Amino acid sequence: MRLYLAVFALLAAVHCEELFSGSWKRTWKSGLDFWTHGFSTERPVDIRVPQSSLYAVKDFLKKNNIPFTVMINDVQDLLDKEKAEMVGNAKMERNTKSFNFAAYHDLETLYSFMDTLVASHPNLISKVHIGNSYENRPMYALKFSTGGVSRPAIWVDAGIHSREWVTQASAAWIANKIASDYGVDPSVTSVLGQMDIYLMIVTNPDGYVFTHTNNRMWRKTRSVNSGSSCRGADPNRNWDAGFGGPGASKDPCSESYHGPFANSEVEVKNVVDFITGHGNFKSFISMHSYSQLLMYPYGYTCTDVPDKSELHSVGTAAIEELTSLYNTRYQVGSICKIIYQASGGSIDWTYNIGIKYSFAFELRDTGFYGFLLPANQIIPTAEETWLGLKYIMQYVRNHPY
Amino acid sequence: MASTGDLEPTHYPARRAATVALHYLNTHHGSPFRVFGLQQVHKASAEDVAAGGRKYKLDFSVTDWASGSEGPALRCSADVLFPQTERHSGPEVQLRCEALQQINRTAQEEHAFYQRYISPDSAVSARDIPDSYGNVSEEMQPFWRLARVAASFIMLRESSERTEFNMAQVASVAQQGSSEEQLMLEFVVLLHDFPSQEIIQWKLLASWSPDRGVRVLQTEWQPRCPHATKPPN
Repeated sequence: MRLYLAVFALLAAVHCEELFSGSWKRTWKSGLDFWTHGFSTERPVDIRVPQSSLYAVKDFLKKNNIPFTVMINDVQDLLDKEKAEMVGNAKMERNTKSFNFAAYHDLETLYSFMDTLVASHPNLISKVHIGNSYENRPMYALKFSTGGVSRPAIWVDAGIHSREWVTQASAAWIANKIASDYGVDPSVTSVLGQMDIYLMIVTNPDGYVFTHTNNRMWRKTRSVNSGSSCRGADPNRNWDAGFGGPGASKDPCSESYHGPFANSEVEVKNVVDFITGHGNFKSFISMHSYSQLLMYPYGYTCTDVPDKSELHSVGTAAIEELTSLYNTRYQVGSICKIIYQASGGSIDWTYNIGIKYSFAFELRDTGFYGFLLPANQIIPTAEETWLGLKYIMQYVRNHPY
Repeated sequence: MASTGDLEPTHYPARRAATVALHYLNTHHGSPFRVFGLQQVHKASAEDVAAGGRKYKLDFSVTDWASGSEGPALRCSADVLFPQTERHSGPEVQLRCEALQQINRTAQEEHAFYQRYISPDSAVSARDIPDSYGNVSEEMQPFWRLARVAASFIMLRESSERTEFNMAQVASVAQQGSSEEQLMLEFVVLLHDFPSQEIIQWKLLASWSPDRGVRVLQTEWQPRCPHATKPPN
């Protein structure tokens, strides 16, 4: 396909009409490709010139005092690059379309899915590296943004407890859904018109890998605890909100071990630093499983938060949207009252630093499969959860503060 | 933090007590083809009891998990007594469920299952039910349900106001030689306690037949290795 090896497109200012009525076209009958027509003496003309005629054309123009500039040095090169990009894009689109959302994937596959998604929506999504895990794995959040500088933002995380596999799997589906719904769904489009969304699909990568390689029921991080053969702290007891209080254990071997001090777990510290550094988050939503609950703060105390009324009604409305799809029953309430008193939780900290719309989901099911939810329930879970999430996001957008 | 008087049905004190009643229901009426799950608590109240301890009154609904989400809900009422903690004995339950006796559609399946595995050379053995991906083979479903019923004996016995147990996984099942025409099964089950988030491992020996139902003959708590890799055999 190398018909035109090096082609110069020339811009020729037309001085004499006669050139174009006669001699020009007569002298080079074939090869010259006029990209603009409708000449007048005032307007420039664009010509694509095949390599073989290049010097002759330049010579002619110089001899006749017709000024020209080279717009594109090598049209073929441009065409080749464009074709390669199109082929690459089509492949990536096939890859995101061929990513099996109805299956559980290992960390590497999820990370490669993120890259594919970003590459196929470069104007909407970017990958933010917020730091590394204890075992030095990167922690990535997907940033959905239509522009602006540090717009008010919504945070969603999944998999802070690694055994809760339906959360990471649902987050992948939701990431793809936001990408494909932007510009199509009025609700998503309006949220992204004013706000950014940050979605962290795997918040505890070390734990996630461990659930694949060693122990499917692993919950915590994988940090080494000095003086103990037990590893890991509960990343949702490690936040600086009532830290070390009731509902967390000081035993490193416990599943709810709070860690030696608040933010001791690098995974937690990375998120804390990111949130405080950004400074403009308006909502923080954390996904867990199982129990089918939507909860708001506090966990560390059963005292109602000042915004309890509003949070309860937002949660109730969000759950109505969720239930409308498959009739999945959810309950709404504060963490402390609905499940248990638990100190050092993420949404307590975020609420206390002023992120009013802080929520935690417990996804499917209610105990039949528990953590081991079959893969054929991933997409229905993600679909219904998305409706609840979307409601909250829309509400947050409509209630700036 | 003990609530007394009327309880919020969606909050955990009512739900924990209802879960205890659920374990009791499964020990009495569960089978390889019937396992109940808690659907909803409608009403609940609690009061202190003269001899120490607390008594809950509950009105709740259950569904038969074996018949999927389409299954009809069964209405139940129960009294659950948590004795004084120093006595370290399990809760006492009194339970009434409507229309329980009418659910006998599983008799045929139970007999077919029994006939298939009671033969002397049957030696079923399997691990990780469900597997990491939530898969349970057709053949293993009745063993999974049997394990849950047997585990309910342990969950019931170990329950207090500070626990909320569920069976997370069957680590292993190994059929033992039949005895007195009972299927004999040794299970290792992983229990999940919600408040502590701990995974607790128990080995147990259970018998079953369509006539005698599930009986748990031996239970043994299994300590977990601190490095928490796969449970020991």
